[in-house]
Amino acid sequence: MAGLEIPAWDPQTALLIGTILLEAIVLYAGYAGLERILGPHVLRLVVGGTGSGQ
Amino acid sequence: MDVEPEMLALFVGFGLVVGVLFGFFGMGGSFLVTPALLMLDYEPSVAVGSGMAFVFGTAVIATLKHHDLGQVDYKLGAIMITGTTMGIEAGRASVYYLESIGLAGALISVAYVVLLGGVGAMVTRDALQGDSGGIDHEATGKRLDEYEIPETAKKIQRTIRIPPMVTLRGDVRVSVWVITAVAFATGLLSGFLGVGGGFIRMPAMIYAIGVPVPVAVGTDLFEIVFSGGLGSYLYGQGGGVDLGIVVPLLFGSALGARVGSAATAVVDADGIKIYFGGMLLVGAIAVGIGEIGTYLGSPTLELIGLVLVIGAAVVVAAAILYTSVVSLRTTRSHQTATAD
Repeated sequence: MAGLEIPAWDPQTALLIGTILLEAIVLYAGYAGLERILGPHVLRLVVGGTGSGQ
Repeated sequence: MDVEPEMLALFVGFGLVVGVLFGFFGMGGSFLVTPALLMLDYEPSVAVGSGMAFVFGTAVIATLKHHDLGQVDYKLGAIMITGTTMGIEAGRASVYYLESIGLAGALISVAYVVLLGGVGAMVTRDALQGDSGGIDHEATGKRLDEYEIPETAKKIQRTIRIPPMVTLRGDVRVSVWVITAVAFATGLLSGFLGVGGGFIRMPAMIYAIGVPVPVAVGTDLFEIVFSGGLGSYLYGQGGGVDLGIVVPLLFGSALGARVGSAATAVVDADGIKIYFGGMLLVGAIAVGIGEIGTYLGSPTLELIGLVLVIGAAVVVAAAILYTSVVSLRTTRSHQTATAD
C-alpha cells in the first residue's frame, strides 16, 4: 500500500479543479439559457406543430 | 492538453451519450468512461483520475438542479464526506500501489467486469420480472415522511444504536457510525474505479440508512461534489487529471443530461430499463474482451472491446431519444385529434 496522505496545497492542481468547477457552472447556466431560447424551436422541429409540450 | 480533433469529437460525442443516460436514469453512464479510457490506452491513473474529474463536474451540475428542488440533506452529506474521503484516499493509494507493481490496469478491469456484470444482471432480472425496482430520481409531489422505510434499514436502526445518533430529513434516526461505514465503503469504490459510486451509494442510503429516495439522490450528488472534487484534486496532484479529456466530455454530457432529464417526462423508464441492464452486461463483456486483448497483445480484441462499450451506450441513448420523439409525436397527434 502506498500509504494514505493528507492533501497538500498545490495552486496548479487547485486551478485545474477550479477550471472544471467553472466549466460546470458555465455549462449549467449556459445550457439553461439556450434551452429557454431554442428549446421550443428545437421541439417544433423534431415533433412538429406548436412545440408547447415539454 | 494536446488533443487531436477526432479525439475531441469522440469525447464530446461520448459525453453527450453518457449525459443522456445520466439524465434519464439518474445514475450510470459515468462508469463507462474509465473503461473506455483504459481501452484507449491511457494510463490507469489518468483513466481513473479523469473519470473522477468528469464525475465531479457532472455532480456539480446535477446538485445545482436538486438544490433548487429542496432534495439535499446537508447534515447527512457533511457526515458522509468524512467516511467517503477516507475511502477515496484508500482507493486512490491502492491504484498507485497496484500501478507501481504493474497490476492496476488488469485489476481495475476485473473489478469493472464484476461490477458492471453484477449490476447489469440485477437490472436485467428486475426488468424481465416487470419489477419497477428502479429509482425515480425526479420524484416530487410526495412529502418526505410519506416514504416507507425499508425493513433492512429499520432493522439496522433498531440494532446498531452506537452513539452519537443523528436525526435526518424524513424523521430518520440513525447512528453516525452506520453512515460513516456506508460512506467509507462507497468511497473506496469511487477512489479505486473513478466512479461517483451513486449506483451503490444511493441504494445503500435507502436500504442501510433509511432516507427517503429523493433525499438519497440529492444528498448523494451533493456528496459527490466534495468527494469527486477531493478525489480529482488528489489524482490531479499526481498528473492523473487530463483537461483534454474532461473538458470535452463535460461539454457533451451537460447537454446530454438536459435532454435525458427532459425525456423522463415523456418516456416510461421501465420500458428502457432492459436496454440499460443489457448495456451494462455488454459493457462488462467489452471490458473483459479489451483486457484479454491487452494481455494477448491483440489490438483487434482491444478495438472490439472499445467499439462494444461505446456502441452499447450509443444504442441505449438512441433508444431513449427515439422513444421520446415517438411518444411526443403520438401525444401531439392525439391532442390534434381531440382539438378537431
